[in-house]
Amino acid sequence: MATKIGVYFDQSSIGGGLDLESLADTVGGKWGDLTPVCKVFPVLADKKARDEIIADIEEEGLDGVLLCGASPRVDWDLYEFEGVLVDRVNLREQGVLSYKNPDGSLPDPEAAPQLLEALVTDYVNMGVVRLQKTTAPDGSPSEGVRRVLVLGGGWTGLTAATNASLAGHEVVLVEKDEVLGGRALGLLKTVPLSHPYTDVHDTGIEKKIAAVQGDANITVYTKAKLAKLSGQPGDFTATIALASGEQEVKVGAVVLATGWQPQDTKVLEPFGYGSLQNVVTAAEFEKLAKNGGITARRVAFILNTALAEPADPYAEVCAEAPAEAPAPAEGEAAAPVVKDHESVRHLPISNAISSVVALKQAGYVCDAFEGGQAFILYDSMVVQGIHERFYKAAQDRLGVMMSKAEIRSITQAADGSLNVLCDKTLIGDDIEINVDMVVLPTGIVPATAKDPIVNFDYRQGPAFPDLELFEGYADSNYICFPYETRRTGVYAAGCVRQPMMLDAAEEDAVGATMKAIQCIESANRGVAVHPRSGDLSYPLFNFVRCTQCKRCTEECPFGALDDDEKGTPKPNPARCRRCGTCMGACPERVISFANYNIDQIGSMIREINVPPDMKKGGPRVVILACENDAYPALDMAALRGKHWSPYVRIIPVRCLGSVNAIWVADAMSKGIDGVMMLGCKYGDDYQCHFVKGSEICKRRKENIAETLNRLGVEPDRVEQYEVAIDEYDKLPGVIEDFMNMILEKGPNPFKGY
Amino acid sequence: MSNSILVVGGGFSGLTAAIEAAEVGYEVYIVEKTPFLGGRVAQLNKYFPKLCPPSCGLEIQFQRIKKNPRIKFFTQAEVTAVSGEAGNYTVKVHIEPRGTVPSSADLSLLASSLESAVDNEFELGLAKRKPLYMSVPFAFPSRFVLDKAALSRADELKVGKSAFCDMNEAPRDIELNVGSVVIATGWKPYDVTRLSNLGAGKFANCVSNMQLERLASASGPTAGQIKRPSDGKAPKKVAFVQCAGSRDQNHLNYCSYICCMASLKQALYVREQFPDAEVTVYYIDLRTPGRYDKFLRKVKADEKIALVKGKVAGVEEDAATGDVIVEVEDAVKGEKRKHRYDLVVLATGMQPSLAGQKLPFDVPVDEEGFIVGGEEKGIFAAGCAQKPLDVMRTAQSGTSAALKAIQTVRGR
Repeated sequence: MATKIGVYFDQSSIGGGLDLESLADTVGGKWGDLTPVCKVFPVLADKKARDEIIADIEEEGLDGVLLCGASPRVDWDLYEFEGVLVDRVNLREQGVLSYKNPDGSLPDPEAAPQLLEALVTDYVNMGVVRLQKTTAPDGSPSEGVRRVLVLGGGWTGLTAATNASLAGHEVVLVEKDEVLGGRALGLLKTVPLSHPYTDVHDTGIEKKIAAVQGDANITVYTKAKLAKLSGQPGDFTATIALASGEQEVKVGAVVLATGWQPQDTKVLEPFGYGSLQNVVTAAEFEKLAKNGGITARRVAFILNTALAEPADPYAEVCAEAPAEAPAPAEGEAAAPVVKDHESVRHLPISNAISSVVALKQAGYVCDAFEGGQAFILYDSMVVQGIHERFYKAAQDRLGVMMSKAEIRSITQAADGSLNVLCDKTLIGDDIEINVDMVVLPTGIVPATAKDPIVNFDYRQGPAFPDLELFEGYADSNYICFPYETRRTGVYAAGCVRQPMMLDAAEEDAVGATMKAIQCIESANRGVAVHPRSGDLSYPLFNFVRCTQCKRCTEECPFGALDDDEKGTPKPNPARCRRCGTCMGACPERVISFANYNIDQIGSMIREINVPPDMKKGGPRVVILACENDAYPALDMAALRGKHWSPYVRIIPVRCLGSVNAIWVADAMSKGIDGVMMLGCKYGDDYQCHFVKGSEICKRRKENIAETLNRLGVEPDRVEQYEVAIDEYDKLPGVIEDFMNMILEKGPNPFKGY
Repeated sequence: MSNSILVVGGGFSGLTAAIEAAEVGYEVYIVEKTPFLGGRVAQLNKYFPKLCPPSCGLEIQFQRIKKNPRIKFFTQAEVTAVSGEAGNYTVKVHIEPRGTVPSSADLSLLASSLESAVDNEFELGLAKRKPLYMSVPFAFPSRFVLDKAALSRADELKVGKSAFCDMNEAPRDIELNVGSVVIATGWKPYDVTRLSNLGAGKFANCVSNMQLERLASASGPTAGQIKRPSDGKAPKKVAFVQCAGSRDQNHLNYCSYICCMASLKQALYVREQFPDAEVTVYYIDLRTPGRYDKFLRKVKADEKIALVKGKVAGVEEDAATGDVIVEVEDAVKGEKRKHRYDLVVLATGMQPSLAGQKLPFDVPVDEEGFIVGGEEKGIFAAGCAQKPLDVMRTAQSGTSAALKAIQTVRGR
């Protein structure tokens, strides 16, 4: 808690004709001993001002510094003062720059109108109380386990293990098979993995196996599985099921590299798979080639799989109602339902791998026989990026023929050969190709589509929660942050994350290992990982008042909270991303952060000066703005010359998920006429940095609306808006519409009570 | 010896490499040649397939930088010389003056009062900028840049009077001691004017895919309204020409990885703004790998978007209307025809920024300018300096390079 706050104004960034000296006096007068220093500097950013603030800190014993000027997003580097709490008040973007008069006109830049003075006064008072209700967070370090658990001993897992070891970490590698090497062991050759990217070559998997086996830092368990993962980053307990029984190992983080399995061949039946002879999958053909068993001289590689796909494979299927699970015997918990995410979609999703594999295997045919012929029939050759060079090299190869084609049918001739009938090829319709063998693509089904694999011993269940969205892949929904999942400390790499070739899997393994190591280091320093990396704060629970309603444990997007038999939440700070969704969920308000809490935001709302008569002083509206996207969008709008109503007061929140209904109640009972909540987009393509925050807020809002209705307050006085960061140009219009609605409605019926 | 890491390039792969390493606990320097961090992605309107804004991810990265004292960055800076070996490199960095002093003062009024205007490199020739500018949206660092050479006499007088501009700031040369280097110098759009048959640079209404990103961006020259550059008309018929420079041994001998998805995304930009507009994409192959398949099908489901496998033979301009006439051979139907479009977008390929440049580092570079080695020297390429990639793969690559760099400097 800041008890002696220095308040400093930056004349150079504020301007707007405001009398800052008088503002400083007003603030100083209002807060008295809490703000022993209130000063105006012509330029806050220069050394003179800094030195003076440092002197004030010493002389006055300040424990808080409040800087009033530009947005806290600007010039962050100039204002660090050791040992004191520092906060900023955004008087430039959200004050002077965005201000307009109620009639829409712009003020005289030399003389600030009264409404602008009222606005900045409110913001400064809100800033003072915010700092007053802030405590420096102390961090919550984990147990300090630095060991990395790698799940899967194939190409990706081996790469991860070696790289974690090279970075100085002990590694435990768990492989389900008897031998290391995974699917790469079965490959005759790989598509080229390095410059010049033109010719197939050996995979080199043996070298990777030898490196792991020869590394004293790496312990390998084969014929083993992860039965259970409990605890938190820096302090996980992995229960490994071995042939000889279970073994517990302490680990700090996990790299998930359990790869894939070939798709059920049932989807290939329309191509004659299973009914015609010599119709095989690419995986089967690779095995043949590896064993020197290619006898077919003319082979068709089919990449256009439309024949096997429904018109829209992504259409919602009305699934048959699942059979009722048998009721658990008395005293046993019901087994969690594990969904099988395998579908026909894995065929087109594997298109890029299928394309290069066809090129590679076409080469096998030409290598095996002089005059060998391979026909590649595609819809598009998905050979991306640098691998185009491999495609070019294959095109130049005698015996390899490729065409766009739609497959009409595949039939067996009397001599056992196969006729592939094609339309819409580059040489016309109705083309029949006679071959000895047809090779169909192998769909890549991630291990996580079939089995939870990690077996989280978490309240929210054993599997990753978003698998449905990613077709069973343990992937991220963030383009910019491909390793972020909803389970902190577990990072997926290789084909369990996305279909990929060995070169990409290699890079991916190193990347995931990087994240695992970073998570361990962060947990051990007691700080958060992405996206609030480095944050020392964490949720504190006042269990005395907890009613075991379980909302926090259910709503946490990251499954950070377990609970005991009674339902009391058991926090795991190192799993937590510090979004505050638990704080927003709690009806008893028992959850808080040292520097972000219910009382703090509530107090800020109460600092807003609400004129008793809306007709005279105008309405007041609170905007709770997500600090990740909505807040920067507001800044940007102001910087690009947009203006909004002088009646709104913006309060940044960590995430809309952290918004507690009591804040809305605070605002309403204070006589504030409306509350806007600005947060990220939700739904399948969510942009919420904490996955579910804005969506959860929307649900809670419905409840708030109901409550308001009961109290006789129009529910649409509280509204949530989805705002992307780049929609700053639309934001002022959104505010305008809301304000017009409020003006039309008239004052909050509670005003004045 | 040093356990610090140098990252050359402040685009998405460089930012990722730097931040990931710093969050493990290593000291990192970023050297960026432009005045702002963010690189190519800052110019994009939306990412495929989510159609989410790049500034969202960049804002997170910038927040991470702000919170992490282990990251130091230099803008308008370039590496000029390197000596030493893995674990102990001395790197000389030249820094151009920014011309504005640290302060939060809002210089936008001063900037708009200046009379000179020069081509705005950020808007790729579609707009002008003042000599005092902050053209990047959500600019980081959020501080104006003074382009002294572009000032008129009158401008010089005005700027000279401002306490927040410094006409006399001199360039600086500094030396950094680092143990490892990540080269994340990224890519540049291929100079399509070299594809004389496609009309770019000749015809106003033949734009590049990167230019269309700016035309569709709220922060761009048309405030996000897609308009024909010649007359500001809303385009009703738009063609996308794929592989403009890519997959062509005479130009870029590789596929540029992103253009198919980018054009499909841009087709949606057009369709969203103009419900009546018709779009045709001429392609060789539609490369939509993995789960992007879903996106392809979403675009295909739009009846006003036609996807045609075909080679564009040539492009002409109807001088009277500004329309663009595209001669194209439909590869499946086998017919060659001419079609008239209001706007043609060339899916311009990506070329490594290092193509044709002399690199201060001793690392092997292939004939196209991609870095193809250097690991044994503790020098790692990340992102599109290494091969063409999309943003997601770039982030993967940057993260991976960070660990490689850490392995090199660890314990030093």
